[in-house]
Amino acid sequence: MPLGTKPRLDGLPNIDPTAKLDLAEIDRIFREASGRSVATLIRIFGDIDVAEDAVQDAFAVALRKWPGDGVPPNPGGWITTTARMLAIDRLRRESRGRELASEVALLSTNSDDATIPEEVGPVQDDRLRLIFTCCNPALATEAQVALTLRLLGGLSTEEVARAFLVPEPTMAQRLVRAKRKIKAARIPYRVPDDHELPDRLHPVLAVVYLVYNAGLTNPSEPGLCSEAIRLARLLAMLMPDEPEVAGLLALLLLTESRRVSRTRADGSLVLLAEQDRTRWNRALIEEGQAIVRWCLRRNQPGAYQLQAAINAVHADAKTVDATDWSQIIALYDQLLVVAPTPVVALNRAIAVGEVHGPAAALTLVDQLDLDNYYALHATRADLLQRLGRNDEAAVAYRRAAAMAPTEAERDFFRRGGRGSHS
Amino acid sequence: MTQYLLSVHSAEGEVSAQPTNEQMQQFHTQIGILEADLKSAGAWVFGGRLHEPDTATVVRMSNGAVLTTDGPFMESKEHLGGFYIIEAEHLDAALAWASKVTACIMQPIEVRPFYDEAEADAAWNEAEA
Repeated sequence: MPLGTKPRLDGLPNIDPTAKLDLAEIDRIFREASGRSVATLIRIFGDIDVAEDAVQDAFAVALRKWPGDGVPPNPGGWITTTARMLAIDRLRRESRGRELASEVALLSTNSDDATIPEEVGPVQDDRLRLIFTCCNPALATEAQVALTLRLLGGLSTEEVARAFLVPEPTMAQRLVRAKRKIKAARIPYRVPDDHELPDRLHPVLAVVYLVYNAGLTNPSEPGLCSEAIRLARLLAMLMPDEPEVAGLLALLLLTESRRVSRTRADGSLVLLAEQDRTRWNRALIEEGQAIVRWCLRRNQPGAYQLQAAINAVHADAKTVDATDWSQIIALYDQLLVVAPTPVVALNRAIAVGEVHGPAAALTLVDQLDLDNYYALHATRADLLQRLGRNDEAAVAYRRAAAMAPTEAERDFFRRGGRGSHS
Repeated sequence: MTQYLLSVHSAEGEVSAQPTNEQMQQFHTQIGILEADLKSAGAWVFGGRLHEPDTATVVRMSNGAVLTTDGPFMESKEHLGGFYIIEAEHLDAALAWASKVTACIMQPIEVRPFYDEAEADAAWNEAEA
């Protein structure tokens, strides 16, 4: 995914073509460093716009200087330091900022510029504060997602808009409105207290999960999947004692391990049972499974951990027939306790179908109140087909095709759920 | 510190089960405790319950003269039933108070920030420019 947040290269004079590698390196550094720098500057200046502008300006300076001078030893720190100086300069020039600038200057006279107060220690991290600000429940979910990707992920407004199939002006408007609300309503820049954390963590994890799924279902945006995993890793590092944070990371890693085998070259979907398991990414599976084992030892199950555990069982099976379906049913039973939704019940029914046969599964599926959910009809279709009730199966596939959210899935169901060979 | 308006909006004609005397008593005790908490925490600015909207009167400028009319400004099914103005460090703190109020009166509470003086000046200057 190209970076739109950094200044346009074509606006710069005399780019040396041999410096191309360095520009790619600068892109990578931007992705890595942007969130941290923005978060630190928000703490220093107490203003999101000031922080964003200054970090962008600092990258403009980096793009001019680094190709010639080389990348400094601590590029992230360099960006933060430069951004802070640029922000102070800018605030000094603007009369309204005079007071603020002198205040900041006062605070920073004792500290060496090379060692910006970039805090250490898990709970003190500015990025953690920032993600809790972005995901404050006082903001709508789509605003939470947009802010998180923009401020922590360093995505441009255009990139965020494209990822969620929204026109860019609409997304820009959404971001402006959210930032205005943060400022006007004083949505705080802080990590919630322990007693608030269970409630407040939920939207944070939901946002990261949404970002991942947006990448998964939108094949032109695979960068969102890696961005979500990067955010999940960051959360896991910042909150090492939260089992659900670890659970989310494991779930994403295990899902990611199968992403390339999930679609054919033409974009059509491949069912789990029909995937080429040799193409599953073993390193991601091992990392995900290790986290699942850690979660099991913690024994504080939650929805993300249980979904990760289900995926870990799938990942264990060399062939679809080797899948430990009764283990999967047991995990779905637990998941139903913490997340009693019809969608979970539907997935459990599918697992029941593998152990007790399609008739047992169909009985469960027909009890569910999910008539508007395409996956219900797709599941019914599959079960009916296995029972030899082909006419009913065809009707169910047509309903699934009419409701499916992506072209790949619509296509899949139109072909009777059999991918290419039917 | 920021000041927030915590407002209670009730829908007209919404028939809720008539509370028993005992429930009313309990409700008053709870509200009393909550308001005492707001005051001792230094969060209280002002608060009160409003009479029904049909007790409202509107005055407005019309052709250079003040016109007085009976009734609420807007005919609406929902109306402002009462409000608190509180002072809080940030929105999370204001929402914590609002959560206590809604748990007590069992009605939704809208939380809205007031402009502070500097913000109001800035907004005024922007509008002038």
